[in-house]
Amino acid sequence: MSFLPKSPWLVHYDASSCNGCDIEVLACLTPVYDVERFGVLNIGNPKHADIFVVTGSVNEQNKAVIKNIYDQMAEPKVVVAIGACATSGGVFRECYNVSGGVDTVIPVDVYVPGCAARPEAIIDGVVLGLGVLEAKYGEKGKVAS
Amino acid sequence: MGERTIIPFGPQHPVLPEPLHLDLILEDEKIVGAVPSIGFIHRGLEKLVEKRDFQEMAFVIERICGICSFIHGQGYVQTIEAVMGVEIPERAKYLRSFWGELSRVHSHLLWLGLMADAFGFESLFMHCWRVREKVLDIFEETTGGRVIFSVCKVGGLWKNVDGDTLRRIGGVLKDVDKDIRPLADVFMRDYTVQKRCVGLGVLTKEEAFQLGAVGPMLRASGVAMDARKLGYAAYGNLEFEPVTENAGDCQARIAVRVREIYQALDIMRQCIEKMPGGEVATTVKGNPQGEYLSRLEQPRGEAVYYGKGNGTKYLDRFRVRTPTFANLIPLLHIIPGCDLADVPLLALTIDPCISCTER
Repeated sequence: MSFLPKSPWLVHYDASSCNGCDIEVLACLTPVYDVERFGVLNIGNPKHADIFVVTGSVNEQNKAVIKNIYDQMAEPKVVVAIGACATSGGVFRECYNVSGGVDTVIPVDVYVPGCAARPEAIIDGVVLGLGVLEAKYGEKGKVAS
Repeated sequence: MGERTIIPFGPQHPVLPEPLHLDLILEDEKIVGAVPSIGFIHRGLEKLVEKRDFQEMAFVIERICGICSFIHGQGYVQTIEAVMGVEIPERAKYLRSFWGELSRVHSHLLWLGLMADAFGFESLFMHCWRVREKVLDIFEETTGGRVIFSVCKVGGLWKNVDGDTLRRIGGVLKDVDKDIRPLADVFMRDYTVQKRCVGLGVLTKEEAFQLGAVGPMLRASGVAMDARKLGYAAYGNLEFEPVTENAGDCQARIAVRVREIYQALDIMRQCIEKMPGGEVATTVKGNPQGEYLSRLEQPRGEAVYYGKGNGTKYLDRFRVRTPTFANLIPLLHIIPGCDLADVPLLALTIDPCISCTER
């Protein structure tokens, strides 16, 4: 378990997911799991976010959108790929319009398995992502503030 | 007449968990037109029927959408069963109806929560999702999954649920009912909710029918059409009437969905009472040959499934017409004339499921 003085904010994008992982990401924010009590917020603005949470596989049309959101985020940033589709294409990998996992477009730091990924697994993935974020701060010779 | 401006809405937008893109044409704050563009989550999974055999395909079809997953699986297996002339055991039919209605409760609660979030009532959103977790617990207990279940197979079901568990679930459903009442009260009577929803996005009875709206969108405009009345699965033996409202505005659509939750809970009670014993699956021999078109009522409206087999274990063609696709045209009809700030609310009011639409 890592220690950061600042709570991570997330930006979530549904690449070409079936919705299963997306609603589980939302379920993390709601009362039973409630990650907001740790200050983890799901926000719409990529410039405010530290962690980019992607669900679903990549296709030709959303490639540009994923790249765009990633580029807009300020350094240091962490990408968490959620679910079988985001990690490898999953059950859809043989579909004609699926070109693979998220790592074919942007570098991915944490892979969360599952179809659909359970909220516990998603939270675990984000916590692992925090460790990566801390290490990235360290590389820059900065302490997160 | 002001100057015209085009504002892009989506694909990544805070109110939508899914990517839908609309180009909104504005004159000042009033919207005069909307141009949708879709295809951000097209996967092409209908084409997979040529690579996966018909039994395996049931798992893929369920992943068309994580919200209506059970009913997609049910629609697929029902189509293939009709092609092959397989009669499934009575208990399996009742369990399918039971899980179908449980999906409806989970989907409507999810939608009510997102709707509350769209008009800025965050605590109501949280409460809806809190109640929804109880429904997901029932799913997890009976099928093993929270959102993707994979219990349907051609010839019946993979899993049975014993009588004791069902009776206990009947008790949990009473709690769910009790939890929903105060929330429903807020949705139906609260002043701020009324201010946002009454008279917004009105679709008349004629328009709804002519534009081909389906599901709660259609029933909120006063057309009593519900595919469950066709009597598929066990619906022929269960008592219910389609829920309708007459106003055709956002408030009416909320009312239809709230009342459908109570209806679904009632149908589930009937399922538990009437469910016969016995097996839940029959052996299926041979491969599908021929074609069939079946209709089902999803939480979002009527879905149509078409399957064509050629006597091998791979199908020739499988096609789904999803309810959101049908409801996009009425959506484009109600958006012009409203304020820019109301667009998130209107987009949500059809209960968009883009994963279903684009597959």
